[in-house]
Amino acid sequence: MTSLPATRPPRRLGLVIDLDTCVGCHACVVACKEWNTGGHPAPLTDQDPYGAEARGAWLNRVHGYEVGEGADGRTVHFPKSCLHCEDAACVTVCPTGASYKRAEDGIVLVDEDLCIGCGLCAWACPYGARELDADQGVMKKCTLCIDRIYNTNLAAEDRVPACVQACPTGARHFGDLADPDSAVSHLVAARGEVDLMPELGYRPTNRYLPPRPRKTAPGDTGAPEALEPAAPRGGFLAWLDRILAD
Amino acid sequence: MHPAPSIILFTTASGAGYGLLFLLATTAPADLLPTRRWFGLAALVVALGLVTLGLLGSLLHLGHPERAWRALSQWRSSWLSREGVMALLTYPPALVFGAGWVFGETTAGLFTPFALQAAVGAALTVYCTSMIYASLKPVREWHHPLVPAIYLAFALMTGALLLHALLALVGAPRGWSGTLALVATAIAFALKTAYWRMIARAGPGPTPESATGLGALGRVRMLDPPHTQTNYLLSEMGYRVARRHAARLRGYAWLSGFAGATLLTLLALLTGGALGFLSAALAAVLGLAGVTIERWLFFAEATHTVTLYYGRRGERETA
Repeated sequence: MTSLPATRPPRRLGLVIDLDTCVGCHACVVACKEWNTGGHPAPLTDQDPYGAEARGAWLNRVHGYEVGEGADGRTVHFPKSCLHCEDAACVTVCPTGASYKRAEDGIVLVDEDLCIGCGLCAWACPYGARELDADQGVMKKCTLCIDRIYNTNLAAEDRVPACVQACPTGARHFGDLADPDSAVSHLVAARGEVDLMPELGYRPTNRYLPPRPRKTAPGDTGAPEALEPAAPRGGFLAWLDRILAD
Repeated sequence: MHPAPSIILFTTASGAGYGLLFLLATTAPADLLPTRRWFGLAALVVALGLVTLGLLGSLLHLGHPERAWRALSQWRSSWLSREGVMALLTYPPALVFGAGWVFGETTAGLFTPFALQAAVGAALTVYCTSMIYASLKPVREWHHPLVPAIYLAFALMTGALLLHALLALVGAPRGWSGTLALVATAIAFALKTAYWRMIARAGPGPTPESATGLGALGRVRMLDPPHTQTNYLLSEMGYRVARRHAARLRGYAWLSGFAGATLLTLLALLTGGALGFLSAALAAVLGLAGVTIERWLFFAEATHTVTLYYGRRGERETA
């Protein structure tokens, strides 16, 4: 079971995250926690939640980075959740069969009834996508909201991951990255993508769209190059202006 | 990586136990060991006791120890599962070999195939343990070709030191086992020293720039952490040991595990009687202590790529 699917899944569902438009509001983080503490991986526990040392298992985290130097420096908000890799070592290292990759859509899941909480899958993940639930003693991870995206009890427009639905800037997109005609594939084709640690060879399904190039010159708004001088240049009005200015 | 006491106990104790089992099962059929039942019983209790202690210790590391049996199912893909399967497969031939020794005072003939099976099982189990770490690409200090050889060498070294002490205890001829302990200790520390040099010289590996894919825009520095308190990722994989502490601990590992164990083994080879046994036993204790420190450092000095997202640069820590 913890072998990867023999053939490449016909559908490869995943997220496309726009590093240009993400404003780092953490709405996706909170929406993820709220849905999943009652959804597939429920409960998603916290320890000392109202105390000074609050900590817990979260499936989506937003990092904030400063990139580049001086005038070229910029802030990039970087949401990070499971990338549902094609070569998912978190699946193959699992000794119990709890960790698996679905053959039909490539989603990586944990069967919590089989998980022994050894933590090896979290070691095998280079991206830090898995967190052990200290109260439940089992591994938790992003399910791509598998209990939303196929949920016919929800309205069709709600069948997207909670993080995608919550994003106020449209920085998160959900779709089939195996289909070259899907909206997410078009987005990746148009914007290009940045690869996370391609040297390790995990082949993530999720894609990150790079920040757009910065504008270094102002755009043409149709305004005149310079304003007309406010102060009169001579005569009585210039004399009056001088008097009043003193 | 967090140096969990349960895993350090497991790998050190089971390594020594399997090392001793391997040596007992290969040298007893060759008539190098006393066939007296009490010696066989004591030696196998030490070997299998250490193995069992280690295996039970590793269960403490689990979130659900009662489900540990499930870990035997995925041997096709998982080195951890293979380790569990090999550990269990090693018990029956070891017990048959032990039964022949203890009840029949015979270690050869009919029992030789069981002894060899136990020896192969012991070596394969240690190899599987090492591959759990060596197969993890996100930890570059572990994903290293010398790691399996080092695990096997330290298992052989601690097993040989224990065997030498056991032979000294009963006053049996033990020149060969002391020499073996000296050679194994030298090989183990030579490999470890080479490994320490190689990881110090290795390239930077993944960086915050490659981890975020933002390198084209410039250097990536952490501005806002994703959470205000610690989390599982940081407590499990964000462990940092200062370089000067690491250097001092490497010194202790070398002093105890190599210098101490070697000198006392030499002393034991030159003396006999109570002094011979005491020095051989102390050599084993110092050897095990040195390997425990080495194993602690194996975890504490290992860096995981997830910490790149939390501001670690790709270079090794210089703090």
